[in-house]
Amino acid sequence: MNRIENAFKNKPIFMPYFPLGYPDLETSVDVIEALATPALAGGARENGADLIEVGLSFSDPLADGPVIQQATQIALEKGITVKKSLEAVKELRTRGVTIPLILMGYYNPMLAYGLEKFIRDAREADADGFIIPDLPMEEAEEFTSVAGDLPLIQMLAPTSPDERMEAIARNAKGFIYLVSVTGVTGERREISNDLGALIARVRAHTSAPVCVGFGIGTPEQAKQVGQLADGVIVGSACVKTIGGSEKPVEAAKEFARSFAAALGKSY
Amino acid sequence: MTTTLLPHKFGPYGGQFVPETLMPALIELEREFVSARNDPAFNAEFDKLMASFVGRPTPLTYAKRLSEKLGGSQIYLKREDLAHTGAHKINNALGQALLVKRMGKKRIVAETGAGQHGVASATAAALLGLECVVYMGSVDIARQEPNVFRMRLLGAEVRPVESGTKTLKDAINEAIRDWVTNVRDTHYLLGSALGPHPYPTIVREFQSVIGREAREQMLMDAGRLPDTVIACVGGGSNAIGVFSGFVNDEHVELIGVEAGGSGIPSGKHAARFGDPEKARVGVIHGTRTYVLQDEDGQIAETHSVSAGLDYAAIGPEHAMLRDNERAFYTSATDVEALNAFQMLCHTEGIIPALESSHAVAEVIKKAPTMRKDQVILVNLSGRGDKDLNTVIKELGTNM
Repeated sequence: MNRIENAFKNKPIFMPYFPLGYPDLETSVDVIEALATPALAGGARENGADLIEVGLSFSDPLADGPVIQQATQIALEKGITVKKSLEAVKELRTRGVTIPLILMGYYNPMLAYGLEKFIRDAREADADGFIIPDLPMEEAEEFTSVAGDLPLIQMLAPTSPDERMEAIARNAKGFIYLVSVTGVTGERREISNDLGALIARVRAHTSAPVCVGFGIGTPEQAKQVGQLADGVIVGSACVKTIGGSEKPVEAAKEFARSFAAALGKSY
Repeated sequence: MTTTLLPHKFGPYGGQFVPETLMPALIELEREFVSARNDPAFNAEFDKLMASFVGRPTPLTYAKRLSEKLGGSQIYLKREDLAHTGAHKINNALGQALLVKRMGKKRIVAETGAGQHGVASATAAALLGLECVVYMGSVDIARQEPNVFRMRLLGAEVRPVESGTKTLKDAINEAIRDWVTNVRDTHYLLGSALGPHPYPTIVREFQSVIGREAREQMLMDAGRLPDTVIACVGGGSNAIGVFSGFVNDEHVELIGVEAGGSGIPSGKHAARFGDPEKARVGVIHGTRTYVLQDEDGQIAETHSVSAGLDYAAIGPEHAMLRDNERAFYTSATDVEALNAFQMLCHTEGIIPALESSHAVAEVIKKAPTMRKDQVILVNLSGRGDKDLNTVIKELGTNM
């Protein structure tokens, strides 16, 4: 059983996003490690995140709201690159992070790195898959033909009509990333009332796990979404809380604990 | 895996690199565009507005004194500067705004660099009763202030963009973010031959009126086709518009002029085809094309005295035309463009936009190398009133 399948044994899963290189490379690696394993309480490993979206930075992140824009901009100013990001993933494995790590980034830096080299190095770093927001089904083949068994996570949106949902879900590997709102990443005051119906539409086309992202900012909202979906993705709130803290690693542990608890995960 | 109605690529360039949320909107837009172009009523309405509102056909002017001064070929100007709102941008803005009405949407968002597309969008929105929000980098707001007032007078909301380089690239990012948030009732009125399919095709089709008119006018006035057609290229909408009229006339040479800024070696420019070190094929704003970028695939900062050419990528169809050697691309520096600006003012009594001045700069280099019985057609894409602040600043006491 691969890592992603394994992660979904205990649903709903908690899936935070954090960009490598923010607020600096070393801290970001510590933060991601802390999100994965918030504490060793009494010798027992206390779980936090079940899967982490590891962010690769891009100068023009057009699907992202202000929080992630600013964080990735800082990461770039501090000198993050694709190469350093992949090395950081390798470092996380060395430190004993065993949960799935999915690389989330825009297409151009991957193309500039060279697709074959990018996939090879991602595989060597022991990453588990990719999320590329500007690579819809229509353009994905160039990437997936090189990626082989490493999944490109497919995204669905509230605007996707049924025939697209069917076509996209048919090829889904790993899980479905369901964008819960029309818009960019970032917290919203409320979870849409239509989310249940939207998830039901997706489930009609696939048996793959459905994870919901965009707009989830609090443990309460995560709990609400967790009752409907197989996984809860938290990006901007994670970046803002941890990035705004003077002790980011402690903040990451606390963040992971609170969301894991809200999703009914007790260890 | 694509089932588009129209070709979605230009050779290896183009495509649809956008978030899933926007894909249904692109599919709808393409469907509506195809049905509109096959609808005589739509075309009649477009043509009527082009004549009665925009003032088309725009004239073809023989530039007698400029031709004599340069001492080579004869020079003709296609006067898009005389189109209503002062640039070619209105052709596409009105065309797309008519599509918006057809789709039943009520709101448009647009990006603008020099402000010409913003003004054109605001104008089309006012004419057709649409809500209009224009995103504009704060650097561009400062250097194109008259156009900001114009947009506001026309009832549009101008939203300053403070992210990134605060120029056209970042205005496009913000316009896309607005569009992705409000896609159900909002159309993104993209102003250049850029972005995801079907935009490059739609923009070319609405701008092709320039090339059709110019070809007819050349045959009428000069009794022949030009030897060379020259246009400036930012995203490339005025160039693709005028080129489209001549692309099948194989003996007509097509030249696009990019912004050379402070010169290619300085690194401060927007010459996508002119700098092989910084420009590689990549993906930006939904399309695959030549993009100025660093080694790590981060989009590079660009520089040009003209806000409308100050952009890191070039329309995908231009990339194909260049590969096929059907069109050739060169660049003009800020200094060359400013010289051309002044020369056209003095010799022809026409104040050109700084963007269009780049095309005139190439004419100044090219015409003296040609014979007197040869002909250059230059697309004068816009007028220069909006640039007076910049020009006064750049030329200082030389004025």
